[in-house]
Amino acid sequence: MLHLDITGEFVAFFLLSVVMITGAVLTISLTKVVHMVVSLAAVFLGLAGMFVLLQAEFVAFVQVLIYTGAISILMIFGIMMTEHRAEGTDPVKPLHETLAAVAALSLFGLLFFAIRASDFPEPAPFPFGEDQTLEIGKLLYTGYLIPFELLSVLLTVAFIGAIALARKEAG
Amino acid sequence: MLSSYLTLAAILFCIGLYGALVKRNAVVVLFSIELMLNAVNLNLIAFAKYGAAPSLTGHIFTLFTISVAAAEAAVGVAVLIALFRSRGTVNIDEFDEMRR
Repeated sequence: MLHLDITGEFVAFFLLSVVMITGAVLTISLTKVVHMVVSLAAVFLGLAGMFVLLQAEFVAFVQVLIYTGAISILMIFGIMMTEHRAEGTDPVKPLHETLAAVAALSLFGLLFFAIRASDFPEPAPFPFGEDQTLEIGKLLYTGYLIPFELLSVLLTVAFIGAIALARKEAG
Repeated sequence: MLSSYLTLAAILFCIGLYGALVKRNAVVVLFSIELMLNAVNLNLIAFAKYGAAPSLTGHIFTLFTISVAAAEAAVGVAVLIALFRSRGTVNIDEFDEMRR
């Protein structure tokens, strides 16, 4: 059974999850694509709040910078460069939609019962509350140095590739 | 508390999955994929705090996921713009050359 002890974390979690789920549902169900981006940005901000709640402040700020800042703007550019008056209304295919809904709901049921059934060990106290950015930097430059450098190569390749793809061809 | 975070991530992931399967506008499909990636990030951070052995590895992995998602979004939008130039539409039902 659920046992509810109303703590500050629980209240914050509840509010943020309401924001996130509402944003996600609106992202799927709104008709104008630009409105969808705004509700998606609400989801990203709510997730940043969740990260603060989980004592991941550095990741929270990266989330705000990259997701709510960069990716939302990129998506807005994508909309403007394609069909900016696009309505999300499509010819409805009831069978396809029902099958997709059944698939998503059954996946959720599976995950939900798996989460409910598993019993997690009592967590040890989280020791990285202070100087977290320092610790993350140390980890990135020692244990995860090679993935980190590979990631920079990946980013360079991806952005040069994006420029080459989206450039107007001469003539 | 851990199972609440995991349940929220599952809800987000399933909403994203439904959107990716149903939506016909390719930009909206990209949004749905971002939703699913965010759900995964929430799981990683939740386990980094409430897992059996709390550590910063989950944070590192989340940073990597966020950067890969940024690269994916950039390339995805570029491909969409190129496709829109040549086809005049972003409806994914019309991108079916590979099937013919």
